[in-house]
Amino acid sequence: MDIKELTIQSALEGFQKKKFTVVDVVRACLANIQKYNDDYHALLTVVDEKTLLCQAEKIDKTDYSLPLSGIPIVLKDLFTTTGLRTTAGSKVLEHYTPVYDATVVARLKAAGAIIIGKANQDAWGHGSSGENTDYIPAKNPYDPSRVPGGSSSGSAVAVALGMCLASTGTDTGSSVRGPAAFCNLVGLKPTYGRVSRYGIIAMASSFDTIGHITKTVYDNALMCEITAGKDAYDATTGDQQVPTYSQGLDGTLRGKTIGLPKEYFELKGMDPRVRDATQAAIKKMEDLGARVIEVSLPHTTVAMACYYILVPSEVSSNLARFDGVRFGCGRETFGLEAKRRVMIGTYALSSGYYDAYYQTAAKIRTLIKKDFDDVFTKVDAIVAPSSPTLPFTIGERSSDPVAMYLSDIFMCPVNISGVPAVNVPCGFVGDLPVGLQIIGPQFGEQNIYQIASVYEKATEWYKRTTPV
Amino acid sequence: MNYEPIIGIEVHVELGTASKMFCGCPADHFGKEPNTQTCPVCLGLPGALPVPNKKAVEWTILLGLALGCTINEESKFDRKHYFYPDLPKGYQISQYDQPLAIGGSLELSNNPIIQSSNNPIKKKIRIRRVHLEEDTGKLQHAVVDGQRVSLVDFNRSGVALVEIVTEPDFRSVEEVDLFTKKLQQIVRYLRISSADMEKGSMRIEPSISMRKVESRKSKVESGEYPNYRVEIKNINSFKFARKAIEYEIIRQTEMLVHGDTPTQQTRGYVEAKGVTVAQREKEEAHDYRYFPEPDIPPMRWESSQLSAISRQIGELPDAKMKRFITAYGLSAYDAGLLVETKERAEYFEQVIRQKSAVISLKTIANWIINKKVDIEKTSPAQLLEQIVESTVVSAITDSEMETIIKQVLLDNVKAAEDYKNGKAQALMFLVGQAMRLAKGKSTAEILKINIIETIKI
Repeated sequence: MDIKELTIQSALEGFQKKKFTVVDVVRACLANIQKYNDDYHALLTVVDEKTLLCQAEKIDKTDYSLPLSGIPIVLKDLFTTTGLRTTAGSKVLEHYTPVYDATVVARLKAAGAIIIGKANQDAWGHGSSGENTDYIPAKNPYDPSRVPGGSSSGSAVAVALGMCLASTGTDTGSSVRGPAAFCNLVGLKPTYGRVSRYGIIAMASSFDTIGHITKTVYDNALMCEITAGKDAYDATTGDQQVPTYSQGLDGTLRGKTIGLPKEYFELKGMDPRVRDATQAAIKKMEDLGARVIEVSLPHTTVAMACYYILVPSEVSSNLARFDGVRFGCGRETFGLEAKRRVMIGTYALSSGYYDAYYQTAAKIRTLIKKDFDDVFTKVDAIVAPSSPTLPFTIGERSSDPVAMYLSDIFMCPVNISGVPAVNVPCGFVGDLPVGLQIIGPQFGEQNIYQIASVYEKATEWYKRTTPV
Repeated sequence: MNYEPIIGIEVHVELGTASKMFCGCPADHFGKEPNTQTCPVCLGLPGALPVPNKKAVEWTILLGLALGCTINEESKFDRKHYFYPDLPKGYQISQYDQPLAIGGSLELSNNPIIQSSNNPIKKKIRIRRVHLEEDTGKLQHAVVDGQRVSLVDFNRSGVALVEIVTEPDFRSVEEVDLFTKKLQQIVRYLRISSADMEKGSMRIEPSISMRKVESRKSKVESGEYPNYRVEIKNINSFKFARKAIEYEIIRQTEMLVHGDTPTQQTRGYVEAKGVTVAQREKEEAHDYRYFPEPDIPPMRWESSQLSAISRQIGELPDAKMKRFITAYGLSAYDAGLLVETKERAEYFEQVIRQKSAVISLKTIANWIINKKVDIEKTSPAQLLEQIVESTVVSAITDSEMETIIKQVLLDNVKAAEDYKNGKAQALMFLVGQAMRLAKGKSTAEILKINIIETIKI
């Protein structure tokens, strides 16, 4: 058993067939944490070995009947966990231990998952590279001189380096898909309201979605069918029934229409090597039976401006509770990016500026939503690169916030409109992975999982594990 | 030069729902051990989310409808931001530009006998809006281990709070007094809150400014309001509201007479000294940075839902009083006192449903009003028994009684006048005189009731 190649699916099979035990898998994860964490900084908190092995033994002694029995997972540090430090990647919460579990955490625990630790991230979710953590930034396991993507940086690194079999992330603008793309993994940004936000430290409440990072589409679908669904503690979750996503992944792409947004492919900043890899992936999808057409998302050009008004506005509000009265650390402990967003948001909501900024951006949001709705009357899915570039080097963009913001240009519009999207690996440039984004209509997770899965089975890029 | 007060008020009423506005914690916080009724939501812990209390929303609509408001078909919650240690999220969930109810009114009319006032008042106060929000925690300033500290009790945090905002339609303290008492009565009739001022479940915030009265002939109100207003925060008794407004009227008038303009301010009422003191100037006013609460989807109301809520209003005090006068032939005075609380009015109607023909409606009304019957402890049947027993004791006929009372009042005009002017002792003197004339054939209590009745008619 090589833990870096092990998927949830194969682990569950291995437990059942007594090929290895949960204790074996947990020990292997702990060994990788020991081996890599000091260099790659994937995890901020690791549950102590004794507790973990005790949990593992208990599962080995009973049975493996739960859907995630004995699967070691890592949680992004925005996920509130009873009795387990939760920092949000920020020094403000360096010593904060929550008294309750997020709904998703409770559901994963109830499904038999073992929580092995909490992952590094851009503080509060503010970032696309992992460099905005208030701790030591995580590194890309395919090239440690490069960023692993953010903000769910540690979540991706931990899966890629075999510290766990799957992880959770949040995606407000790119934060699950981005790191999944940069680390050769599958990452889902579900439909807004599909997965409960209760107990997830809020970044921008009307954008935040709760996703997962896994090696394969099957694993991802399996996790999503456990975490998704109505939650009485989150008024924005939808009543829609949750399909058994993992059971609808086979078939072909025959009869599927895939749209390529011309505005995305016309973007000047796109790395030609990323374009080539994406084009090859699209060709592959055509070979698998898909019909490919060009579509238009006309408001793409103003999407980032809209995003960077609305998101900081909500950020400034959501961070107001960290006023220094509680949680141990004062406001001076906020990092630069958080302060920048609080200032932008406070300004955009101020009386006299509200109409010009927040209100205008809210109107643009409606137009962007309509762009997507219109396209989905013609196509089953939209396909685009997740990131216009390859993983960039550490420090390359950290002094230029606007350049950093623009690395999410293909992903942020998806959050503005609320629709789901999944990143699936689509090849390599040298040693660096490239990610493909498959975007679906509202509550169309089943559909994009199926397309991603058919493509994945035909290409198997996920099998190329990290060089270390 | 004459000035008249221009007053508008905001009233906060804590709803009596079982649970808080956005979580499942008990809402009844009065006198509870601090921080025993809290959870991640009302403590504003990271990650916690609000889920609105359906009952609280329906009750706010109910109050809005009872006050003649229009219900906004589409309504939403907004975040109102400010920093204060008793506000754990750094914002209060409130309603900004789409409150649940708008544009109502409340008819004021005083009953000169009950309110013992010389100015008859009959006017309509317009209600600008009725909206729903959450209450804050409470600060307690204490000394712990020799250190002066401020402690926060979050039991009240997140309790459903309705805010009623009037137009600046009041022109006197009496009008404000009448309005707030009537509002309290309606809230209690709807059984949506105890509205106890002393427990803080009803709080008054008047805004006062003074306007020059231009000339005698232009009695019609000009729409112009002064360019400043002074808001007095969180007053927790009718008496203090009166005193605070009276104080402000004098303070502002004096300033204006001396050629100064009062500044736009928030002031607080200091109970011990009976004065208001400045708390915040206009320049220090908060920019609340309202924006739509993203954690709660907007609300939409079908007319069928609204009519279902509307059916729960029931008979309100004004309508009930009118019905008591016409259906039971009661005086406005008696009817007014009987409908003071819904419980008393219902009790009265239960008693008359069970009564025998010999006991008059008037006697029952008299007993409930003047004998201060404890309606919680005395069943309607028990009350009827008591009335029958005491009637037997009284061996005087109605006409004899009338003669005695008339004679007493005729002989003691001065004492009768004194009583009318509020001297309670004069009544006892009159009762003594009547006892003498009745020669033991009646009781002091019955004679007292008859004297009061006769004087008031």
